[in-house]
Amino acid sequence: MNEHLLSMHDVTAEDVVRILDTAESFREVGTRVIKKVPALRGRTVVNLFYENSTRTRISFELAAKRLSADVINFASGGSSVSKGESLKDTALTLQAMGADAIVIRHSSSGSPYQLTKWVRGHVLNAGDGTHEHPTQALLDLYTMRERLGRLEGLRVAIVGDVLHSRVARSLSFGLVKMGADVTLVGPATLIPPDAPVWGVQVSHDVDEVLPKLDVCYLLRVQTERQRLEYFPSVREYARLFGLNRSRVGSLPEGSLIMHPGPMNRGVEIDSDVADLPQSVIEDQVTNGIAVRMALLYLLLGGRGESGEEVSGG
Amino acid sequence: MSRILGPDDVRRALARIAHEIVERERTDGLVLVGIADRGDHLAFRLSLEIAKIEDAEVPVGVLDISFYRDDIGLTAEAPEVHETRIPFDVTGRTVVLVDDVLYTGRTIRAAMDALMDLGRPRRIRLAVLVDRGHRELPIRADFVGKNVPTQHGDDVRVMVTEVDGEDGALVQEGSPGPAFRGAPAVAGREESA
Repeated sequence: MNEHLLSMHDVTAEDVVRILDTAESFREVGTRVIKKVPALRGRTVVNLFYENSTRTRISFELAAKRLSADVINFASGGSSVSKGESLKDTALTLQAMGADAIVIRHSSSGSPYQLTKWVRGHVLNAGDGTHEHPTQALLDLYTMRERLGRLEGLRVAIVGDVLHSRVARSLSFGLVKMGADVTLVGPATLIPPDAPVWGVQVSHDVDEVLPKLDVCYLLRVQTERQRLEYFPSVREYARLFGLNRSRVGSLPEGSLIMHPGPMNRGVEIDSDVADLPQSVIEDQVTNGIAVRMALLYLLLGGRGESGEEVSGG
Repeated sequence: MSRILGPDDVRRALARIAHEIVERERTDGLVLVGIADRGDHLAFRLSLEIAKIEDAEVPVGVLDISFYRDDIGLTAEAPEVHETRIPFDVTGRTVVLVDDVLYTGRTIRAAMDALMDLGRPRRIRLAVLVDRGHRELPIRADFVGKNVPTQHGDDVRVMVTEVDGEDGALVQEGSPGPAFRGAPAVAGREESA
């Protein structure tokens, strides 16, 4: 595996299988009374979050703690960043303190990559601007494989604001890599113009797509971007693209409803739809911890270079 | 490479160990826990052997010790992970750990730590198919299929039908060449473990 996880392009299809298989073992650890193993004892993982996040930060924190690593949470508010410290100086400080892995979320696309130029530790991208969010994609792949038994040939629609969604990008790349059949659905203004290059299809009619799906993946409507007028109104969006009760009826039996959270109930997903048994949104959260444990374990558990094996026994 | 155990030797050794376990441990409260990814198959076979002797069904669990190894971060790649599946509570039970080869004892140390995180066994015993010596920790086996004197640089590989297509044990003398080291059957877990 690559030394860092910056993008879904950093992992091969074989890596994805290895990550998901390893995550399965960590799911088992999560069911124990003592949900902790000593695998990364004495290692330090830094959560460097320049953007607000609840689930991703807590998920990474729990993942590292369940591996017995020491965790430092660093949020931009209340830190030296608010005194004007640059990303580079913050990174060098963390490096000097001996961070083995840095989990970074930043509003600027490419900042995790920039970070790898400055630090020796492993860098994990926890979401950078409108670029990628590879750990979210991996936990989504895990959830789909667990529920549906395979990834190859799955028909998945990603519905909503694909243009601004790092989740949609990472998930599309990951699904295409694993041989799934991906359709991006949304108003033309919110579908990236380079989408055909990703190896996906595009549709603007959600009702046409729904009956042919294994997974309906809904993206959060980023209402904070609404002032930029990508669509006329939130209400119109909900009417044209929101997953409501009557639309759920046209989904094939056994198909899944997924959402990366946080949800806008009543906009992209109706409140009662989010609570249906086929909606696996809570599973996604639970699986996220196991997948992040697997990633930390696989990245930090090796020496990082090939060489002579140390004798075990 | 020389063969130290053939299919019949493995069968006889497991039958004898089953007899010894029944003789020394009471079968009520007894559980077998095999260490992935050869010991688990041996544990299932031992349970079948015990069922032939006593009217007792001894539950079997599978333990993966990857997360408890003392060489994490020292090998080039993170140790390959297998599934842990222990469908019973180990608290208060007599647990017989089952592994293919006993060498340095480090795997067994890791396995005992892993078991302790799952509960509080009443006692832990150890059964191995091959004891090749060269312990680095104060650990010994209670039930041994065969004692095999080896040099430190030798490689001992146990094969089970479920994984390797046949039962047996092989010794490769001297420092192993890269071809043997890299053989798929041993990838991810040193056969010395």
